[in-house]
Amino acid sequence: MLAYIVRRLLQSILVLVAVGFIAFSLFTFVGDPVNNMVGVEATDAEREWARKTLGLDDPFPVQFARFAANAVQGDFGQSYRLSIPVVDAISERLPATLELVFVAAVMALVIGVPLGVYTGLHRDGAISRMLLTASLVGISLPTFLIGILLILVFSVWLGWLPSFGRGATVDLWGWESNLVSWEGFRSIILPALTLCLFQLTLLMRLVRAEMLEVLRTDYIKFARARGLTNRAVNFGHALKNTLVPVITITGLQIGSLIAFAIITETVFQWPGMGLLFLQAIQFVDIPVMAAYLCLVALIFVVINLIVDLLYYAIDPRLRLDGAGHAH
Amino acid sequence: MGTERTGNTWVWRLRDSVHRFFDSDVFYSFRRSPVNVVAFLVTVVFFVGAFAAPVLAPFNTNDVATLDLMDAFHPPAWMEGGSSEHLLGTDDQGRDVLSAIMFGTQVSLIVGFMSVIFSVVLGVGLGLISGYVGGRTDHIIMRLADVQLSFPAVLVALLLFGFAKAVLPRELQEDVAIYVLIVAIGLSNWVQFARTVRGSTMVEKNKEYVQAARVIGRAPVAIMVRHVLPNVMGPVLVIATISLALAIITEATLSFLGVGVPPTQPSLGTLIRFGNNFLFSGEWWMTIFPGLALVMLALAVNLLGDWMRDALNPKLR
Repeated sequence: MLAYIVRRLLQSILVLVAVGFIAFSLFTFVGDPVNNMVGVEATDAEREWARKTLGLDDPFPVQFARFAANAVQGDFGQSYRLSIPVVDAISERLPATLELVFVAAVMALVIGVPLGVYTGLHRDGAISRMLLTASLVGISLPTFLIGILLILVFSVWLGWLPSFGRGATVDLWGWESNLVSWEGFRSIILPALTLCLFQLTLLMRLVRAEMLEVLRTDYIKFARARGLTNRAVNFGHALKNTLVPVITITGLQIGSLIAFAIITETVFQWPGMGLLFLQAIQFVDIPVMAAYLCLVALIFVVINLIVDLLYYAIDPRLRLDGAGHAH
Repeated sequence: MGTERTGNTWVWRLRDSVHRFFDSDVFYSFRRSPVNVVAFLVTVVFFVGAFAAPVLAPFNTNDVATLDLMDAFHPPAWMEGGSSEHLLGTDDQGRDVLSAIMFGTQVSLIVGFMSVIFSVVLGVGLGLISGYVGGRTDHIIMRLADVQLSFPAVLVALLLFGFAKAVLPRELQEDVAIYVLIVAIGLSNWVQFARTVRGSTMVEKNKEYVQAARVIGRAPVAIMVRHVLPNVMGPVLVIATISLALAIITEATLSFLGVGVPPTQPSLGTLIRFGNNFLFSGEWWMTIFPGLALVMLALAVNLLGDWMRDALNPKLR
């Protein structure tokens, strides 16, 4: 177990170093940092001074080490476009994205798992068939199109929900939140629904497939033979045993939720990290791009690690099996 | 019909293979399911509509000279105020939506095809090397694939696009944007091909024909390309079809985000982005029709891919 954790940790660090290297090469090979610092019309002496301060004459590994040390402390320099430190730009936008992703993940779980259980238990029912067909269409619809359709129906035609921005947020000790007031929550419904729809269909199909498999096993038959109620069998025995893959997928999908938030935030003009990143790409704002890249990689790696460790907490069989089969 | 077989033998051979195709299991399984037939017909309609657009489209939307602002904001023909000239209405510049969709589908399909070809060449190449050479090379390539697979394709493509935008000189960007897009989508998609080909290569390389080729002294590259490659290409075709749907959607997403093809050559995604600005004033047709076209195309290609996977898989027969 311990050896396994250490190996996974080392792998994670390796991934982070690789991503950090890509971010660093963005800085080094793209554009001229000296010009960014002193301007195009600087004298040779000023340039020399800038090169010295930035340490551009140092050997490559030294420069990378310095970049990594700064990055670990969250220092990515100034945004070219916004002229404020990158940390500030990102920490200002981070709550918006995290809340959006959180609400979307909760929605996907709360709606997707029960639907999966239902379609698994009533596999030939009319409602199940309808849900499955709908989920197929849902998977073929690109995220941005779902957002546009939801805006068209719920904002333009029905006028029920706001279609862009965060609306009224409440300041909770420096964290701008949408979740504490109804006015704020109204604004998050459509973007979160857009973001969660793909994960929702994925979860539903996954839970359904797992339920169908588990319901065939002997221990379920035995539980029924013991005269347990349907509810105890379906939820206490069957659903519980489908949870390992469900947790894996949910965990891994949180990473892609953060990535797909770029699209959702653009459709709804949601002022989060994704929108910041997209604007950074359009304006070639390299410090922001590098910082976003490193942050997303960090989140991905941490989630992967937590998911792997959660296996041990949830499934006692893995603890006996030994570390090698934990994938 | 055997007696008259003189002269143009290749015509007969062609006729034979056509007969064989219509008699085959694959065609039978195709004909049996109406969903496949519909998906195939939809795909054909889209391909013809897209590539014959200069001939078939009612208007040439890429020619700015033909646009008339008086024609702007016409609703579809069946709605009040619509004209029969513009079946699906017009946009803010007076462009005919149907024609714009036809030209846009052409751009979407070209980018989709080229990027899939790019990922096939890259993925199959790396997969062959990985599986055939093995050892440390294999390890490095597969770890690279693992890392990339943990990031969504859209994110990878966005990053590559941002990188290219930063590296390339500004005056070139408009001209090469479409190639950058193709490479970005292609690079974000190669992993699946590499993994599949690597798996089958590792099986094939221990078979006798490969050993025989090695014994007679063929070079490793020749063995990989001439002997192993033809035997591992089957599943690649199936993955390529499904990748095509994915690539079309990725292209539309990037173009919608404003980092895709330049606005002078609008693809389906660009059309949706343009139309999105007018959603609130009630001109929904500028967004919904290109969107519908995109979904139908992606769904049809996906269904064909699914069918191919089942039909070409001998285990499921």
